[in-house]
Amino acid sequence: MLRIDGAHAFYGHIQALRGVSLDVQEGEIVTLIGANGAGKSTLLMTVCGNPRAAAGEILFRGEDITRWPTHRIARAGIAHAPEGRRIFPRMTVMENLQMGAVAAAEDDARRAARLEHVFGLFPRLAERRFQRGGTLSGGEQQMLAIGRALMSGPKLLLLDEPSLGLAPIMVRTIFDAIATLNREDGLTVFLVEQNAYMALRIAHRGYVMVNGAIAMSGDAAALLADEEVRAAYLDGGHGKIAAGEGGAP
Amino acid sequence: MTTAATDRETPPFAAAAREAALTAAVALALTGPMIGLHAASQATGLVIETRWPEVAIAVALVFLGRFLLALLGRAFVWPVLAAGLAVAGGGLFVPFPNALLKAVCVAGGLIVALRAALMLVRPRMTAAARAKPALAARWVAPAAGAAMTAFALLLPVMPFADRQLLDLATLVVIYILLGWGLNIVVGLAGLLDLGYVAFYAVGAYSFALLAQYFAFSFWEALPLAGLFAAMFGVLLGFPVLRLRGDYLAIVTLGFGEMIRIVLTNWVALTRGPNGISGIPKPSFFGAPFARSPPEGTEAFHQIFDLAFSPMHRVIFLYYVALTLALLANVFILRIRTLPIGRAWEALREDEIACRALGLNPTSIKLSAFSLGAMFGGIAGCVFAARQSFISPESFSFIESAIILAIVVLGGMGSQIGVVCAAVLLIGLPEWFRELQDYRMLAFGGLMVMIMVWRPRGLLSHRDPTVRLPAARETPP
Ligand SMILES: Nc1ncnc2c1ncn2[C@@H]1O[C@H](COP(=O)(O)OP(=O)(O)OP(=O)(O)O)[C@@H](O)[C@H]1O
Ligand SMILES: [Mg+2]
Repeated sequence: MLRIDGAHAFYGHIQALRGVSLDVQEGEIVTLIGANGAGKSTLLMTVCGNPRAAAGEILFRGEDITRWPTHRIARAGIAHAPEGRRIFPRMTVMENLQMGAVAAAEDDARRAARLEHVFGLFPRLAERRFQRGGTLSGGEQQMLAIGRALMSGPKLLLLDEPSLGLAPIMVRTIFDAIATLNREDGLTVFLVEQNAYMALRIAHRGYVMVNGAIAMSGDAAALLADEEVRAAYLDGGHGKIAAGEGGAP
Repeated sequence: MTTAATDRETPPFAAAAREAALTAAVALALTGPMIGLHAASQATGLVIETRWPEVAIAVALVFLGRFLLALLGRAFVWPVLAAGLAVAGGGLFVPFPNALLKAVCVAGGLIVALRAALMLVRPRMTAAARAKPALAARWVAPAAGAAMTAFALLLPVMPFADRQLLDLATLVVIYILLGWGLNIVVGLAGLLDLGYVAFYAVGAYSFALLAQYFAFSFWEALPLAGLFAAMFGVLLGFPVLRLRGDYLAIVTLGFGEMIRIVLTNWVALTRGPNGISGIPKPSFFGAPFARSPPEGTEAFHQIFDLAFSPMHRVIFLYYVALTLALLANVFILRIRTLPIGRAWEALREDEIACRALGLNPTSIKLSAFSLGAMFGGIAGCVFAARQSFISPESFSFIESAIILAIVVLGGMGSQIGVVCAAVLLIGLPEWFRELQDYRMLAFGGLMVMIMVWRPRGLLSHRDPTVRLPAARETPP
């Protein structure tokens, strides 16, 4: 469904991505883990065309979207729930959700069904539909960010650190919802995470990113069992991979 | 603890009076030399004149103000509200030795009344907002809006409405229109535009030039003025909307000045600083407001079989401005609930999130910019008709600043707030014309007060655009 081939990306002179290649198949949850500053968020942003890939190509359902403008990529069926949630603080929950549906030109019935679906997934949002986004708790804001992304009816959901700043119980709730979305609606999810344990538990496959390049990849279960991954991201984390010495995949 | 105890022992009026007397004593010490003794230069040299009545009035006003505020602190809200209004109203009619004292009296009374009103409203609003956020918004704003509209519609038939007042009211309505237009750009879309006056000027000059060179009437020129201004908005928007925040503000400021300078220097077309005069007034669907209309046409007063009165034209222009403003209001309220209006607000909140949701920031900004410009152009056209004469002088930077002040004081994004602020900033200064010299001082003082007490504007409440009950949105 999504295929990234040797993507390079720069912020000014700083190179954030150094030839990243990965793919996400339809119906999968694929996770990308890596240390702070590895370039995970940059990769998601590059998929959305901001920053644009300086080299390499990005294919979505067989089409080359590398040079498409950001809004066109979003309209093609890629929803991005950016890092740090970025909900609209002064708008109500309802308005936030409706903003998610603006880009998808659809009839009211479909939109209402979507809304119902999001409220079914996150009943907390239904209770708080008239509350301002900025006054929601962190966990509720994350639900809102995911719900808003779902409102466009995406084929691929890009999630950037949904567990950011959340208590373990809320992380579990959010991840359960992601797993449910994948299992019941067949939604394809590309999940960027720091919380490697939780991410690898719900994902089918995983990639490990180090210094702007993919260092390892494999089945989620295999990665979860892997000595080096465990050492780097699960048990305290001072292993070789995290320090940037990991070999090629 | 001790102050609370003493408060309970001494009766509240005595305590308030004591507090007020203290303040008045300080005021006396200050005003005595500063106001009471006046060095006037006469043929014989400097002589000292005394102005004791002024001092007495100033001290009395200080005493009264402090007394009322002290009572307010002791929970006499209703009497203080009434007294504040009475003082403000009385001040308008009682003769004062000079206009400054009159202004102090009226403004002071209003401020006291306003504080009392806020005390009445605030606890209720917060309680209501907590219980049911939709309720307050659902009734208060529309009710206030309806009351204001009714007042505005009835203004010309009020007994106190003379020609001067109606002329002023027309000007206020023009500024309301400008405020609403700029509100789209600054309040909703969050783009700080310091050169809004450019579009006002484009609208005004469009009408003036079309009338002069092609004999266009007001009604023919009105849509064109709006269109030209909107086109200017697009033209100007393309290069500048890639900038953000301060940079956008600086560039728009420059563009605003450029338009004025072009108008001043393009003498062949605009007659430069001499301006354009003889701009026609709007006709009543083709019928002019003239004592003796040209051959073959019937004048307004003849059609309706009235005695000719120059007031008709003034009243009509007022209604034209009011109708345009009301239409603009309906349009803006409506568009706010549509995806495009929602997108303006979302863009103001978070541009990155907007991109992630598939919105194109450039086109959204451009639409806000050009729509705001269109309202500026329409206001400019009405302004040109009201003045019959325009020159580049009318479109200097201070106009942009005043319009922006109306938006900021009113509370960004609030329609009614803009109305209140326009009345306050345009209406009151014109009323106190004699105080020319103190206008900027009062303006600054008002700004400071607002920033301290209501940093987000007089009416900063934002109405959610969706408040339908859940059942409508999501069938069970
Ligand atoms: N807007 C930017 N301008 C310049 N450099 C940036 C920008 N955004 C990110 N970077 C740099 O790019 C590199 C990758 O950052 P990125 O945000 O992709 O990391 P990450 O893997 O998402 O980290 P984290 O887990 O902490 O979110 C970092 O070195 C960062 O400093
Ligand atoms: Mg990140």
